[in-house]
Amino acid sequence: MCRLVAITSSKYFSPMENILALETMKEGHDGSGMGLVLKDLGGEFKELKQYPILSGICSRKGREILDEYMEEMGFKLIHTWKPKIKPVKGIIRRDYYFAMVYDYPDSWRDKSFKEKEDLLMNIRLTLRKMGESDESIFVFSFYPDVITIKEVGDPLELAEFFGLDKDNLEAKIIFAQGRQNTNYQIYLYACHPFFIQGYSTMTNGENTAFVPIKEFLMSRGFPGYIGYNSDSEVFTHILHYTVRQLGFPLPYYKHIITPLKWEEMDGRPDREALVLIKQSLRPLCIDGPNMVIGFTPDGTCFMVQDSKKLRPGVVGGVKGKYALMSELCGLDKVIPNRDKTKDIYPMKYDMVIVSPEAKEVKVWNQLQA
Amino acid sequence: MEPVTGLILDYNYKLTLKEFPYIIRWRDDRCKRCGQCTAVCPQGAIRPAVKFQRIIESEGSSPKPKYVRRIITVIEQVNNIENYCTGCAICSLVCPNNAIEPEYNPQNKFLFFKNRGGEAYRRGGRRNDPGVSTLDRIKFTRISMLTDPALDAGRHEFRVRSYIGRILPPEELPLKVENGKLVVDKSSGKFIPPVREIFPIMIGSMSIGALSPHMWEGLAMGVAYLNEVEGLPVVMCSGEGGFPPRLLKSRYVKYFILQIASGYFGWDSIIHTLPYMTEDPAAIEIKYGQGAKPGDGGLLMAPKVIKLIAEIRGVPMYVDLPSPPTHQTKYSIEESVMKMIQSMSMAFGFRVPVYPKISGTRTAKAVLNNLARNPYAAALCIDGEDGGTGAAYNVSLDKMGHPIASNIRECYLDLVRQGKQNELPLIAAGGIGKKGHLAANAAALIMLGASAVAVGKYIMQATADCLGDEYNRCNICNTGKCPRGITTQDPKLYRRLDPDKVAERIVEVFRAANTELKKIFAPMGRSTELPIGMSDGLSIDDKAMAERLEISYAC
Repeated sequence: MCRLVAITSSKYFSPMENILALETMKEGHDGSGMGLVLKDLGGEFKELKQYPILSGICSRKGREILDEYMEEMGFKLIHTWKPKIKPVKGIIRRDYYFAMVYDYPDSWRDKSFKEKEDLLMNIRLTLRKMGESDESIFVFSFYPDVITIKEVGDPLELAEFFGLDKDNLEAKIIFAQGRQNTNYQIYLYACHPFFIQGYSTMTNGENTAFVPIKEFLMSRGFPGYIGYNSDSEVFTHILHYTVRQLGFPLPYYKHIITPLKWEEMDGRPDREALVLIKQSLRPLCIDGPNMVIGFTPDGTCFMVQDSKKLRPGVVGGVKGKYALMSELCGLDKVIPNRDKTKDIYPMKYDMVIVSPEAKEVKVWNQLQA
Repeated sequence: MEPVTGLILDYNYKLTLKEFPYIIRWRDDRCKRCGQCTAVCPQGAIRPAVKFQRIIESEGSSPKPKYVRRIITVIEQVNNIENYCTGCAICSLVCPNNAIEPEYNPQNKFLFFKNRGGEAYRRGGRRNDPGVSTLDRIKFTRISMLTDPALDAGRHEFRVRSYIGRILPPEELPLKVENGKLVVDKSSGKFIPPVREIFPIMIGSMSIGALSPHMWEGLAMGVAYLNEVEGLPVVMCSGEGGFPPRLLKSRYVKYFILQIASGYFGWDSIIHTLPYMTEDPAAIEIKYGQGAKPGDGGLLMAPKVIKLIAEIRGVPMYVDLPSPPTHQTKYSIEESVMKMIQSMSMAFGFRVPVYPKISGTRTAKAVLNNLARNPYAAALCIDGEDGGTGAAYNVSLDKMGHPIASNIRECYLDLVRQGKQNELPLIAAGGIGKKGHLAANAAALIMLGASAVAVGKYIMQATADCLGDEYNRCNICNTGKCPRGITTQDPKLYRRLDPDKVAERIVEVFRAANTELKKIFAPMGRSTELPIGMSDGLSIDDKAMAERLEISYAC
């Protein structure tokens, strides 16, 4: 089962905190890989927040193709972050790991941010397509103020491999997942956390309703709903679809993936709306077992459970720093000096929402909301 | 030239019993000559006969063979094709000594002769193909164990429910955000189509008229009990033939789907009752086709049109009631959809889902696409080639139509391509439970893309011991002589059927099916929503079928 470590803070911190927390959960993951998503970046990216960052991996040949394409599209490279690779036994080094900051093409400057988001996504998808067959290019995200790192191997060894302990890479929100795809062959695009246009999620558990959900998303006519090398990717896309595409407030994510029963809706002022959502979004209902941790573009982090609460999950911390974890030991590692009596174990109706900058934690209850 | 002996040697105009589909095995040593079998046979296929027997006897201390002549009584099978034994085995049922039973004759040449007088063979039942259907070859192979724990059908909460009715796409929901909450925007004026929540197995259309009063009453009582006591929202379709006005005015009408077909039988009475109805029906089904007899309209044979039926249908007694093969008001599909669906919707104040039923066909996708573009179309019911009927030409039953599995699958995938898989529910019918696997067949169709299934034949077999099978057993529903009392209007026959027992069996059948569906869905990790289109859960042992259905091949 995947082990998940999400930390949100008002101060910048290193992804090593996440990785050390993952290390405490080592019994539960098979060390087959790690995915990191960093949002609200500090360090060398602190002054580059408005520029899109392309994160990925490529071969030498892939690099040439990528550079040529980006130039052709009119992007100007203004900054590059490369990990200082230290060979570690068991980790197969690929040619080129990167997070490249670009300036928008001139013709894009006057476009709205929403349009820019679509254009950035299409660039990412094109690059993905260009390098997918020969694995010459992997691109995980192309978005302002977000970096994604993924590789196969044990998380702690990968941290050493990427030199993350010595790097000044830091952010205010970092999601880490300590394993590659659970059930299918190991493949970089199958590794959580998944990211699309400012929305990201990671999940533990398996999504038994994967195929109908995938087919529903893919038929929405939105080009970003592709991939699905992992059954968990749909959780990110459902979040994106709910909040960005349909314009629903975040708690309705819970109403969509785990709708209330009819009798639970009775007497509520929003019953009519809930009925329509339950019917119209029936194919997006999950059956678990899943716990989902996610963030939205404004920096809100959340945790939700499936309708039977079949997976573990805990949220705890202090004002200014909260962690959302799959296991308690990870939380103890990251924020040992907290009031443990205030730790939150969300149950089947709960959505734990941590506001941006980790200011406050709210438990939103689907039943009473 | 007549033989000089006076014996007729040329029997060529007579059939040997070897030509018949069922041969009666009668045991002289067990028979007590009570005559019940011959009295009960619906076909007159057996008769008591007096025979002259010549036997050789040897008796005494120095026996000398001698012949004696005796008059004996026997039970004899008639070798007249009109009185062929249907294999119903009612004779065995009534025989006190197990002295008689029909035996299937696989070498029969029945179809070579069942056209006397130039009359093509007509019968009831379903396609005579005892082979294993595609549905029965489908297995559920995605079993949750370690990566995702299996659910417990006995303890976890399950919701085995589906919808009929047009469901709005999420992008078109008339919702707005108020104080962080979604509310319905009444000012949008958007039409929200009616949607009913149902149990995913529904009772398919069988008309009053085709069914006996006892059978229909039993079904109706069972359905009401399931809804009101068991909490299982099972719905039943009326079939073409109207609806008893008293029931129409009752609150129970909400458990019924009213069917309108090309003959419009019974609709005069329904329209006149409309102002007095207190509840809406579950839905309206417009029948354009039937899987058992594609291209044919309904057919109620004259012997069944008794006073009650004639009154409900608004026709004279004892005349054949054939519905036309097509709706007479229909010119093009667009027009048909507009006229029928919208006018039926309007008649019920746009509060009732209205959907068409067609027979399985290669052109199903054309119909589907037309419906997908009409916002009032509430579903599409496709009735596959294994569907049953009360009366049809044998050639239609056996050779016309399309299997349901691939028809449903291609329609579902077509909707997926358009993103409308949740908007227009597909109802699959025809051959579900053919070998008794009601829940498994239903689950397979649901996972291929159906939102619900409609079952008729299985219901008759399971709840009233209908004798029909795919070896052409019985299948005389069209004659009005149903030996079980299911498809007859003869009180002498239908009094054999106890409506209370039928109702009890209906409840048992659906309770068991509910459990079995849970037992299928639980190990696949599904409990909250019906796994419509969860094709990764299915496999089949034939590569070509797997490819066609876009599911995996397993052997």
